Amino acid sequence: MSFLRFAARRLVEMAVTLFGASFVVFGAMYLAPGSPASFLLSGRSASPAALQAINEQYHLDDPFLVRYFRWLGQVLQGDFGRSITYRTDVSELLADRLPATLLLVGMALVIVVVIGLALGRLGAVRGGATDSTILVTTTIALGTPSFVAAVLLQGLFAVELGWFPVGGVGDGFGDMLRHLALPALALALYLIGMLARVTRSAMLEALEGEHVTVARSRGVPEREVIRRHVFRNSLGTVLTTGGLIVSTLLVCTILVESAFSIGGIGQLLELSTTTKDFPTVQAISLIIVALFMTVNLIVDLLHPLVDPRVALGPRRSDA
Amino acid sequence: MSTGLTRRPGLTRRPGLGRLKAARAPLHLICLGFAVLVVLAALLAPWLSPNDPNAVDLGNALAGPSPDHLLGVDTAGRDTLSRLLLGARTSLLGPLGVVVFSTVAGIAVGLAAGWRGGRLDSVLSRSTELVFAFPGMLLAILIVSVYGEGLLAPVVALAIAYLPYVSRLTRSLVLAERTRPYVSAYQVQGHSAPQICLRHVLPNIAPIVLAQSAVNFGYALMDLAGLSFLGLGVPALTPDWGRMVFDGQTAIQHGYPLSAILPCALIVLTVVAFNVVGERWADQVARRSA
Repeated sequence: MSFLRFAARRLVEMAVTLFGASFVVFGAMYLAPGSPASFLLSGRSASPAALQAINEQYHLDDPFLVRYFRWLGQVLQGDFGRSITYRTDVSELLADRLPATLLLVGMALVIVVVIGLALGRLGAVRGGATDSTILVTTTIALGTPSFVAAVLLQGLFAVELGWFPVGGVGDGFGDMLRHLALPALALALYLIGMLARVTRSAMLEALEGEHVTVARSRGVPEREVIRRHVFRNSLGTVLTTGGLIVSTLLVCTILVESAFSIGGIGQLLELSTTTKDFPTVQAISLIIVALFMTVNLIVDLLHPLVDPRVALGPRRSDA
Repeated sequence: MSTGLTRRPGLTRRPGLGRLKAARAPLHLICLGFAVLVVLAALLAPWLSPNDPNAVDLGNALAGPSPDHLLGVDTAGRDTLSRLLLGARTSLLGPLGVVVFSTVAGIAVGLAAGWRGGRLDSVLSRSTELVFAFPGMLLAILIVSVYGEGLLAPVVALAIAYLPYVSRLTRSLVLAERTRPYVSAYQVQGHSAPQICLRHVLPNIAPIVLAQSAVNFGYALMDLAGLSFLGLGVPALTPDWGRMVFDGQTAIQHGYPLSAILPCALIVLTVVAFNVVGERWADQVARRSA
């Protein structure tokens, strides 16, 4: 299968799944007990006129599918409807809050990749006591939810030592970096553990390859062997965790943002869930799912480029 | 966090954790011991806890350890030890619910898809793909936003999110099992399909599927604790570790970290303990069936 056909096929698959996801996100509102109008009013009593207005605004008198496709059409044009709590367009709310989240997630991603790869590589190459230390540390990291890391880091470095601000986003880029350093670290901790483990086992597997023995016996310096024949070979496997890493970051940012009171989309999702601001919840859920699937698509497309040994074909079939 | 499982056939595991070797047996025993201890504490909590977990004593807020309150009290003057003990119940019961729901439903779906094949299989596999697109916690938040807080909604949502991991594994195992001679032998003898499935195929694949569920327990615990931390999990007054971390955040900011550090430590230790035990079990099962 040529690369283009492979890419087209994956793109179509993603579109289909995204379509299904949008249906779930939209349909969830209709699982609620009671009529959608009373749900949208979330228990607040309303005059018949207000009820009428709600019915009209959300076209609640139309059949379900008509409403779904109208909503989908608007979403595709970037219109997520109006927030019930904030009484502004959801898209405006998101535009305000997305930068903080993206910066936070981006910083965490850099930390994860740099430290995770380094630790995994160190463990695989050194072995012995270094490896055991890394194994124990990553086991603990894999058991630490991000909100626990957030609260502990905040307590130690912001409250006790005062090195970092306790919360908020800050103004200006430099200040933002300082404000987001601890949250990014809290967000990264669990994934550092995961990536280090993946890298380590992928490298150990590559180390057993015959090509490594050949390279060594031909006198290739050990550093070169590790870099070009072991680390490089393990990158394909490491890359496949990319989608998982990004989706985990996007979900855990909800917890970390609320622990550090960072006004990003994670905190917005938490607030709109408690206030039952459903249009906002829909929009953010859909964005998270879409971002996750986009990253998965990119990973799938990059995989054959990073590791030419993988055959292009239907998605690693779910046997 | 959510579901840190890689997509590949067979047992979906925490990548690399499988390499904890036999030389680390003491670690495994310590973890097993700790897990048993936590479960016992949860079972016996009402008899063990020295104080009423919800007795508020504002005059005594944030006091340190004393003979009355062995581990101190929180911002509302509630006894930390009692809350930790009773919190163990909700904190373990939730993940247990997730694991039981997702295992039972996942086995049913996987058996149906693997045994019947055809259109049913492709429909079920498509739905699986769809559920994979939602991280567990996001699905839970979506459901909570509709149904409101409480323990049931998040547990059901997470069970749905974890179901595909069980059903996909079951399906692939059933596909392999179907081709084995004993199945044809029973078919020739006129046993019905449900009978063969339940009495002969299921017991054969059960250890692997249950190992997968054991691996899922730690994830579910972390997700549910996170939801409680956000105030979307258990009801406000029920003691719960995740909720205690949230309450403890205020205490930390006042310079009294104890009531936050203890639930944090318990969450981490419990998850690590269950992870290590679950992974080891999965390891043994994998080695036996390999």
